[in-house]
Amino acid sequence: MSREAATRRAFLGRCGVGFGAAALTSLLAREHAAAAGSGSGSNGLPGFPQLPVRAKRVIYLYMSGGPSHLETFDPKPELARLHGQPMPDSFTRGQQIAQLQGQRLACFAPQFPFRRWGKSGHEITEIFPHLGSVADELAIIRSMSTDAINHDPANTLMNTGTMISGRPSMGSWVLYGLGSLAEDLPGFVVLTSQDGRSPQPISQRMWHSGFLPGKFQGVPLRSRGAPVLYLERPGGVSPDRQADVINAVSRLNRAHDTAVHDPEIATRIAQYEMAFRMQTSVPGLVDLASESPAMLKRYGCEPGDGSFASNCLLARRLAERGVRFIQLYHRGWDHHNDLVKFIQGNARNVDQATAALITDLKERGLLDDTLIIWGGEFGRTPMAQKNKGGPGRDHHMKGFSMFLAGGGIKGGTCHGATDELGYHAVEKVVHVRDLHATILHQLGIDHERLSLKFQGLDLRLTGVEPARVVREILA
Amino acid sequence: MTRSALLLLLVAAFAVTSPTAGLHAAVPKPVDYNRDVQPILSDKCFHCHGPDEKTREAKLRLDNFAGATADHDGTRALSPGKPEESEIHHRIHSTDKEEVMPPPKSHKTLTAAEKDILDRWIAAGGEYQQHWAYVPPVKVSIPAGVNPIDHLVRQRLATLNLKPSPEADRVTLIRRLSFDLLGLPPTPAEVDAFVKDTAPDAWNRLVAKMLASQHYGERMAIGWLDVVRFADTIGYHSDNPRNIWPYRDYVIRAFNTNKPYDRFTIEQLAGDLVENPSLETRVGSAFNRLLLTTEEGGAQAKDYEARYVTDRVRAVGTVWLGSTIGCCQCHDHKYDPLTSKDFYSLGAFFADIQEPIIGKREPGLPVPDETQAKELERLGSVRTALQTEYDGPHRSVEAAFTLWENEALQQVTANPWTFLRPAKAESLGKAKLTVQADESVLASGGKPDKDTYLLEAPGSGQTVTGLRIEALPDGSLPAGGPGRASNGNFVLSEVVVQVKRAGGTTASVPLAGAVASFEQGGFAAATAIDGDKASGETGWAVLPQVNQPQQLVVALAAPLTVAKGDTLLLELRQNHGKGSHTLGRFRISTTADQAAAKRVGSLPFPREITDILKTPADKQNPAQRSQLAAYHKSIVPELAELRQRLAAADKARKDYEEALPKCLVSVSLPTPRVVRILPRGNFLDESGPEMMPAVPAVLPQPTMEGNRRPNRLDLARWIMSRENPLTARVFVNRLWKQFFGTGLSKVLDDLGAQGEPPVNPLLLDWLAVEFADNGWNVKELVRLIVSSETYRQSSVADPAALQADPYNRELARQSRWRLDAELVRDNALATSKLLVPTIGGPSVKPYQPEGYWENLNFPTRTYQNDSGASQYRRGLYTWWQRSFLHPSLVAFDAPSREECTAERNRSNIPQQALVLLNDPTYVEAARALAARILAECQGSIDQRVIWAWREVLSRHPTPEEQSTLKALFEKHRAEYLKDPEAAQALLKTGLAAAPPDQPAPELAAWTSVARVLLNLHETITRS
Repeated sequence: MSREAATRRAFLGRCGVGFGAAALTSLLAREHAAAAGSGSGSNGLPGFPQLPVRAKRVIYLYMSGGPSHLETFDPKPELARLHGQPMPDSFTRGQQIAQLQGQRLACFAPQFPFRRWGKSGHEITEIFPHLGSVADELAIIRSMSTDAINHDPANTLMNTGTMISGRPSMGSWVLYGLGSLAEDLPGFVVLTSQDGRSPQPISQRMWHSGFLPGKFQGVPLRSRGAPVLYLERPGGVSPDRQADVINAVSRLNRAHDTAVHDPEIATRIAQYEMAFRMQTSVPGLVDLASESPAMLKRYGCEPGDGSFASNCLLARRLAERGVRFIQLYHRGWDHHNDLVKFIQGNARNVDQATAALITDLKERGLLDDTLIIWGGEFGRTPMAQKNKGGPGRDHHMKGFSMFLAGGGIKGGTCHGATDELGYHAVEKVVHVRDLHATILHQLGIDHERLSLKFQGLDLRLTGVEPARVVREILA
Repeated sequence: MTRSALLLLLVAAFAVTSPTAGLHAAVPKPVDYNRDVQPILSDKCFHCHGPDEKTREAKLRLDNFAGATADHDGTRALSPGKPEESEIHHRIHSTDKEEVMPPPKSHKTLTAAEKDILDRWIAAGGEYQQHWAYVPPVKVSIPAGVNPIDHLVRQRLATLNLKPSPEADRVTLIRRLSFDLLGLPPTPAEVDAFVKDTAPDAWNRLVAKMLASQHYGERMAIGWLDVVRFADTIGYHSDNPRNIWPYRDYVIRAFNTNKPYDRFTIEQLAGDLVENPSLETRVGSAFNRLLLTTEEGGAQAKDYEARYVTDRVRAVGTVWLGSTIGCCQCHDHKYDPLTSKDFYSLGAFFADIQEPIIGKREPGLPVPDETQAKELERLGSVRTALQTEYDGPHRSVEAAFTLWENEALQQVTANPWTFLRPAKAESLGKAKLTVQADESVLASGGKPDKDTYLLEAPGSGQTVTGLRIEALPDGSLPAGGPGRASNGNFVLSEVVVQVKRAGGTTASVPLAGAVASFEQGGFAAATAIDGDKASGETGWAVLPQVNQPQQLVVALAAPLTVAKGDTLLLELRQNHGKGSHTLGRFRISTTADQAAAKRVGSLPFPREITDILKTPADKQNPAQRSQLAAYHKSIVPELAELRQRLAAADKARKDYEEALPKCLVSVSLPTPRVVRILPRGNFLDESGPEMMPAVPAVLPQPTMEGNRRPNRLDLARWIMSRENPLTARVFVNRLWKQFFGTGLSKVLDDLGAQGEPPVNPLLLDWLAVEFADNGWNVKELVRLIVSSETYRQSSVADPAALQADPYNRELARQSRWRLDAELVRDNALATSKLLVPTIGGPSVKPYQPEGYWENLNFPTRTYQNDSGASQYRRGLYTWWQRSFLHPSLVAFDAPSREECTAERNRSNIPQQALVLLNDPTYVEAARALAARILAECQGSIDQRVIWAWREVLSRHPTPEEQSTLKALFEKHRAEYLKDPEAAQALLKTGLAAAPPDQPAPELAAWTSVARVLLNLHETITRS
């Protein structure tokens, strides 16, 4: 065992396991443990997980901007038939409209033919041939519904369960409940990529820990500069010299602790050790050159290109290293105009890599306990939008599609339906909070039990309205 | 009971009750409703049996006596004095899943201790009390000559068998006070002076000195800026900048000048409505503009109007009322006696705030400093003087008026040009063309890069020898026009003239020549008729003479008669293809005069002047006479020079004012927006009743004279009225946290039922009343707190003390905690002496990792860190980008300030280590500290280590500490001597130049030592 590994073992023996757990020695963490009831001082909250664990980790492929369900997973022949005709008023009366406010609303036919794929016969358009090839792994939900029609609040809702800022993100909640499995990496990692038309802005709020302790926040893994913020040692400071500094800091901190008995000091020492380990582990993690050319080709990426495909490959590497919650944001789905052109370009970049991720995980035996989620903050209108260039579709919140795969999901299922024009989710509607409840359920968490008191309320990811686990798509 | 048994019990009780409960939860004494019972009922029962009627189960409410004792088919939830006859008693002890309360599906359970409290409460009569925070605070009497804080703290300690800790050593004391009052460490000289000063009033003098420091205001501002959610950007979506920093400086100034808290409050809520509002009070009213706003396309105004109401109500709730009234957006409060009606009527106070609901914020009020105000006044008086001079009288001009009038009338009469009113004006691009009353055509709407305008005018039998195209300025156009390009320019690529005969045939009309009032170099008039209809490379343009009328006169090759029934067709092609170089406003005229068609004539008079001129002088009214005279004055050559000077002075003043710092402030709309109760918070549902401004019904109501609509000033006055039981408690409680690490009631933003009854209610109330009695004197309150012996206690807790009161709620010692994010930075900059201690000014941009803003858009942004003095400012001046706050601030728990934050987390995470180790700010600070070690301490390595240790930690190092650093220094010096390039590389971190006279390996090795010092837990801890 290397000296470093020995140090790490010794440290882990002393302080519990890993990133999320290190701070458990602090009073604050003890307080949470006490608040949640009896149980061992394990990694996450005592008593968690309380349900059978179907997934140990999550890879959330967040399609920022709002992909059209009508060009991907939700065939609507009736919409094609009414192409160019006024959208029947019965669908849109009293509904919230985004950029099409005050404009003539006309039906806009789905722009790509659907095909049936696999044994399941999932209907998916031709823009997703690779996803088609793994169709039998996917549970498609065609009846998603959300409450926000603009990107910013819809993103906040999809990630935190509320439109009010300052609440913990999904990944933070999961880490808070279950702790981390990674020894030398953060338990919640975020990667971003962008493509195509007007990439919509995203915000730190979407992976922040809100009122939960800061250790549960998502840590961005960046494609340029230092992969983790401030990971790079200063110029002229070799790894050894950095270790000298950290060792001196820890030694002096320990000495100080004997004088003042401050429980935070032990945590501080642990965090410096963790920081040091990250400086060693992260460069290896992000170095895709160690992957075979065949693997790079399969995902469709080149090392260092910062693409969604690269991020998918990194997601697999993170999953292998025990990272609990991995979230990829791909900014490129806001297709108000030139839908045909932009969605095709975008699909090319996402389709192959997503399918590669699914099959790669499967071959490595990781798909069974990795929950994959694919979807955006909302869908797009059945009506055309013509502001410039070719037609596109506006934001749409009352019906859209997402898919789940892996981690206890029944592949090949198709759940729910929108009406004949793809406007309202009408059958087995799945609200954002139902999706959250389902994700937590697969991780072994009863969503009603994952709560923390804040401003007088027992706040939960799933909020105060009743939320339902989508059992129909579970294996 | 032995002491240790009691402790065990206390710890056990702590572990099983709410994590916010203090030691007092297990103190055996008569049950007190507010302290003991209400927290249990609220948390475990009110959700279904509380104030919210809509979710109430079994029609039973337990939040008041009448509800709890009401008869339900012969049974009562509460039968006073008789637990056996009380349903509560039976239900909480039941083992039947169907019966037991709280029900299993709530995931709430009662501990044995809690059940016992409820039973004892019922047995004692089951009395309810008004919630503690709604009962006006009163002062208990304090024996003369003692500090009231010490008296009230020790009174409790005595009942708990706890003893106060001894006073901390003097080094710790001055560090503590310095961080708490200034947010900066003391210098070693200040430490020495205080340690040596053994006079009895040494502490009081130290306190007074710090309270007088300008840095006090900065320190106090940090917490306030969190709670009001001050930030430099709008928050939603594009998260663009807005002008707001003068408000931050207002807050700093308010604390430094010790502005009474009532005045401070009133100015923020209603600084525009107070009597004689000043620049100062108006800037204070920026408070109402601090909320999140959006520029997102497709956002609905009503949606965001509703969000702004809720945002502001939450703010008032958090900042002043310590109330979670924000919960009432969708329903009546589940725990507190607050209703949706209360929520929306509180929101209605802010319905008058003038603001764009969607879109970019206005620049705001100019906020000159003293020097700037003087300069602005000077420029104003220069302008006024010129205006007076222009106003006249000017005898000779007046004398010449009649003559001019006659000539002008002749010009009008003899005018060979006739305006052509197009019957149709169309853009082939996306522009909207509107024919205006003066026959000019104005373009608006879509702004394509290329466009062709098609104009049609019916014939009237006229003969046409030439066409005139006037390009006219207009206020709606960029840079005043006449073009639609951002600089006001246009390129008219080609003019095509055709005539459509009554018979249906269309013939093109050959053109002979073109002249213009002005030609931009390379864009001559003639190229507009060169026959090249497609190219965008040539054409007529007028830069830089934009924002004034220009004309192009086109001569026809032969006179053309346009008969009745014929149509004159005109195409204006604009093919430049970049930046919308198209005409913004233009007018077509025709002439039958051969000469006129070949030259640029005098500019036509404005239409209204022409009309007046055509009216016989004796029929003109006085207004018309003076309009005519004013027009004459505006063009008469004699005054040209004066006019130019006046225009220049006007521009100088305007430019100066525009360049001044601006701040969004509150301005009232003449008619406030309508605020309705939105059922379930749904803004599409307009069925709810309209709400007038009012304060929550459960609280004492304001007295209002007359029958007018209450406004923000009324709200502010009510908040600060002595009848309001919350305001003083909320502020005192928050302030307490700054000096002891935790509020007296731990939940700073909720003094309601779900908050925590104060550990020491007598103390909180005494301080609250004292604060108000003292004229809301903040410095006096601070002085009172830090003067106490309780404040000066040691913060070292031995394991037993830690066990007895782990959270130090009883204050038998001081607390220790990590410095706030901004102060971590300030401390490093101060000890390295890089700090530039300027107070106030625009927000600054410290080093930030490249690409950190890559996920922002509309527009995309590149962060450019400041250089020079702005790089070394205190942390509170850091540019506060809400969606991506500076990562080193985030690492240390600074909030994004999207929401009001009364309490920051204090986490201890690896990112903090990474920041202190690798952020160039801290490496540079270490470098600068190393340079100071070499320059300011001439001695042995040991002496230098001691010197450096004192600079950073104020105390002497122990021998072990000293030898650890010495060993590190010697090792690294040896390494850097062998590797001078590495030393150079380290010394290049940051913008500050390394002193050239110091040996690099030495400096680099001391930098390692300084890095260790800046990374120590003790360095970033206030103890």
